[in-house]
Amino acid sequence: MVLSKRWLQDYYKLNVSDKQFAADITLSGSKVEAVEVEGEGLSNIVVGRIEKLERHPDSDHLWVCQVNVGSQTLQIVTGAQNLKEGDCVPAALDNSYVFGGKHIKKGKLRGVESCGMLCSLGELGLTAHDFPYAIEDGIFVLGDDCDRTLGLDIREAIGLNDVMTEFEITSNRPDCLSILGLAREAAATYGDTLVEPVPVVEPGEGDVNDLLKVRIDAPELCYRYVGGVVKNVKIEPSPRWIRERLRACGVRPINNIVDITNFVMLEYGQPMHAFDLRYLNGGQVIVRTAKQSETITTLDGVDRTLSEEMLVIADADKPVAVAGVMGGEYSGIMDDTTTIVFESACFNGASIRMTAKKLGMRTEASSRYDKQLDPRGCRKMLDRALQLVQQLGAGEVVNGVVDCDCSDKADFTLPFEPDWVNNFIGIHVSAEEQKAILERLGCKVENGVITVPSFRNDLRHKADISEEIARFYGYDKIEDRQLSGVANAQLTPVQKLEKLAGETMRACGLSEICTYPFISPKYYDKIALPADSELRKCVTIINPLGEDTSVMRTTMIPSMLETLSLNYNNRNPSAALYELAKVYESKGLKELPYERSVLCIGLYGANADYFALKGIVEEFLGLLGLADCDVEPLKDDPTFHPGRTAEISFGGRRLAVLGEIHPQVQSNYELGVKTYVAQLDFDACFALCDLKRTYKQLPKYPALSRDIACVCQRVTPVLLLKRTIKEAMGRNLEHIKLFDVYEGAQIPAGMKSVAFSLRLRAADRTLTDEEADAAMKRAVKALEALGVSLRA
Amino acid sequence: MKDQLKAIAQAAQESIGAAGAPAELEAMRVRFLGKKGELTAILKQMGKLSAEERPVVGQIANQVRAQIEEKIAEKEKQIKAAEQKARLVAETLDVTMPGKMPALGHKHPLSIVLDEVKDIFLGMGFDIATGPEVEWDYYNFEALNIPKEHPARDTQDTFYITENMLLRTQTSPVQIRVMENKQPPIRIIAPGAVYRSDAVDATHSPFFHQIEGLVVDKGITMADLKGNLFDFAKRLYGEDTKIRLRPHHFPFTEPSCEIDVTCFRCGGKGCPFCKGEGFVEILGAGMVHPQVLKNGGIDPEVYSGYAFGVGLERLTLFRFNIDDMRLLFENDMRFLGQF
Repeated sequence: MVLSKRWLQDYYKLNVSDKQFAADITLSGSKVEAVEVEGEGLSNIVVGRIEKLERHPDSDHLWVCQVNVGSQTLQIVTGAQNLKEGDCVPAALDNSYVFGGKHIKKGKLRGVESCGMLCSLGELGLTAHDFPYAIEDGIFVLGDDCDRTLGLDIREAIGLNDVMTEFEITSNRPDCLSILGLAREAAATYGDTLVEPVPVVEPGEGDVNDLLKVRIDAPELCYRYVGGVVKNVKIEPSPRWIRERLRACGVRPINNIVDITNFVMLEYGQPMHAFDLRYLNGGQVIVRTAKQSETITTLDGVDRTLSEEMLVIADADKPVAVAGVMGGEYSGIMDDTTTIVFESACFNGASIRMTAKKLGMRTEASSRYDKQLDPRGCRKMLDRALQLVQQLGAGEVVNGVVDCDCSDKADFTLPFEPDWVNNFIGIHVSAEEQKAILERLGCKVENGVITVPSFRNDLRHKADISEEIARFYGYDKIEDRQLSGVANAQLTPVQKLEKLAGETMRACGLSEICTYPFISPKYYDKIALPADSELRKCVTIINPLGEDTSVMRTTMIPSMLETLSLNYNNRNPSAALYELAKVYESKGLKELPYERSVLCIGLYGANADYFALKGIVEEFLGLLGLADCDVEPLKDDPTFHPGRTAEISFGGRRLAVLGEIHPQVQSNYELGVKTYVAQLDFDACFALCDLKRTYKQLPKYPALSRDIACVCQRVTPVLLLKRTIKEAMGRNLEHIKLFDVYEGAQIPAGMKSVAFSLRLRAADRTLTDEEADAAMKRAVKALEALGVSLRA
Repeated sequence: MKDQLKAIAQAAQESIGAAGAPAELEAMRVRFLGKKGELTAILKQMGKLSAEERPVVGQIANQVRAQIEEKIAEKEKQIKAAEQKARLVAETLDVTMPGKMPALGHKHPLSIVLDEVKDIFLGMGFDIATGPEVEWDYYNFEALNIPKEHPARDTQDTFYITENMLLRTQTSPVQIRVMENKQPPIRIIAPGAVYRSDAVDATHSPFFHQIEGLVVDKGITMADLKGNLFDFAKRLYGEDTKIRLRPHHFPFTEPSCEIDVTCFRCGGKGCPFCKGEGFVEILGAGMVHPQVLKNGGIDPEVYSGYAFGVGLERLTLFRFNIDDMRLLFENDMRFLGQF
């Protein structure tokens, strides 16, 4: 909402600077977004009179003018053809600025000196809408609605000097989408009470009831409809004072009748509509819901099909407007309109909002109506419109109004509880001062009861009253109370684990990423998920921004691959990334999905391989006390390389899948390097983890070292050998480490040699060689039982 | 014999002093002190001496041995010192050459700022609560005084899953969930992802993060809101930070306000970044609407509370002077590596 200072001052005089006003009213609750001064970029342009007009000696289209600018007469050359001697015009002097920042200097045009420039409307930043008697492709000749004092600054002369303050008005305050609403706030900010104007309509002729009948068939959607009639309408431009106020508020002047409806809308905040009575069949207005499949062509020329819950303004047989949204094409004001009906109505805001949304046409009118306006304002606004008609001589007002009022006429009241307010806010404001504040806002306070003004339907609870007191008392005067009580906050166990996970990942050299949780369903094809995969059953957004962000992911792998791909295509030589985030497992439409926390790791580049990835996973699981996991090859996950992928589980519960991405999937993501991804079920990790640590005494007795090298089938998992040895050797085996896997010369085809180094130690004595050898023998025997022989 | 010993002592002093390397020194030891050495040779002749002379010569011989040993030890020390010195010179590095960097991972800038905010609030006694991102309309809107067709829904363009299930547009539904499960005193923050149907550009994203806060207890007033959030702002932006409460509107708080802090670009003097105001907005807050307390199962006649919401992306962009929000979700290593 833009507030014209000129318009504000019609009702409330400001005694502070524009900047101060912006600061003050912002702190009292109406936030100023910007302050703009009209004509700010213009300088050194004054009113001049053409004293003499002669053809340029060397040109067939230029004119040499002698221009009287008050203090002197200047010679100015112009190319415009619409001037005559005696015309008053805007003269940009030497070293002046016109609209758009153009600098005007003294100079010569075809050898003739020109001490400036005569300006068109455009050069002042205006159009013919602002001065309808002027032309756009010539010099702006000032009419008698301008101050033609020679030498006067042009901005003052034509009223191009308003100050526009733009407000952010919150949705609970539709009353502030108006000049009078903001004037009330402005007055209250400075401890004053706005004196509201009362529109007075002079008696006219006839009786409105002879011309217009109004019926409300849907009283739950239309609370009030007030109509007035004006005969012998003269459609013409509005006077300057109306045009400049509209312009300052960002509304283009059209003609007197349309301008009046817009003027009243801006002044009071409620839209108005004007119909041509000729097109109201039977002189009848019926406010009703639309019939099924009823159609209307709206003012914008679009044919619209209505549905039964939409409210329309109809005549005896057809809709003439979509109530509160837009008028019909044929019932509007034309140049030959002679009799008009002014509509000032109040509709159900939610209904208007729904209709506008369904028709996809959010208009200035609907965006005001949908915030629920005040039925009690209707009559006053119609009177204001009729008053303006009389003032402008735009037509003859027919006596009386037709007023169909179905609104609730009871006042809304709240108890006046100044102590409660003080306790709730933490202030000490006397009952008198609280009463004064409320009265400035239009409330009545009597006998411990606050009567809320009808235009403030946001005041419905004593907490709402407390805000009014607080903001006019001043938020800045509320004390800063220090924290008190016991501060015993701490992270929950899962939050601690999340922290540990992040720290571990970063210590392993991985950087954290943050990706969109919604993805494209096509991404499931991109990672080669089977058509019948459970993972394709996802939570789907019914109104997504686009397909790319239309489903909630059920796996983090696409997000990770997208990110790795972006990095690869941005020519980053390597990437090591992790994300701890959610996947969303649908549980149907009647239950919220399960939001599973997942830790996803992705690598590519020089140091990336399967074992680097597995090492990170093992490091993390080891920290969780889950070192002794089961690892199985995973051969049938189409996202991954069938020979380089593992599933890690613990106690039968799957914790992670990790591996090299399948070459086909890699190429789907335009990844030209081998890529490795692990996905850990963080919820399962949390459920199983054991973070308890107990100190184990440092060894007191010496250890013995042994190596064991065996030959086995190529497919025999190393983990199996390791576990077999561990089990066979028992508790004196302190440490076992794989140090070599070899295939080739000296080893039969299809076989491999696997070597471990072992460290044996007893906790309570020095282990003897014999004991160590006995343990070795047990290991060998156990291996042999698997068909694994010692390497010769 | 005494003269011989003196001569040996003399010769030893000279030749040991001249030794330049450990090997030469060892040769000296053998020459003078070894089993076949000069001193030993003399001592072997001790038997030829008289009983009176023997102890005298013996004493001299021991002195000479001690002198030689001392001399050798001293020389050895010198040689080692010289050797070490030479080695140190030889080992000199160009210490300005780059270090071998361990591959450290980087925290995402959003997490850096979030962790800082969490630490501040944990220190102020706020627990950290969570709630689902896919949420019921009831928690996201209805229970927060935003019924269907409320105009406030226009400003929060919502992604719907069904008519009643949606992607939460704010972290405020966690307020209701916390109140449903816990009686006051409540002092929590609830950071998390939120979603709004905003097209992506430098300052908008359909996915972003908020940090909700809720305090409910007996006698909580706006003075607590102001004091506590002022504390937060000072801890986040420094002691000199000023805070300004500006009236605003949220359906679930009353009174409501937005909180501005001293512009961190210009320190409050006014600059293009703060549009000359000297302040920038960092969060919205207010007293929890009594109806919202009721919806959470808390008696508003007994308890009162305040709530606030901070936009994490906004704080992060401010903190690191990042001019395009899209960078946060692109995750380019060249970007991530800067934090």
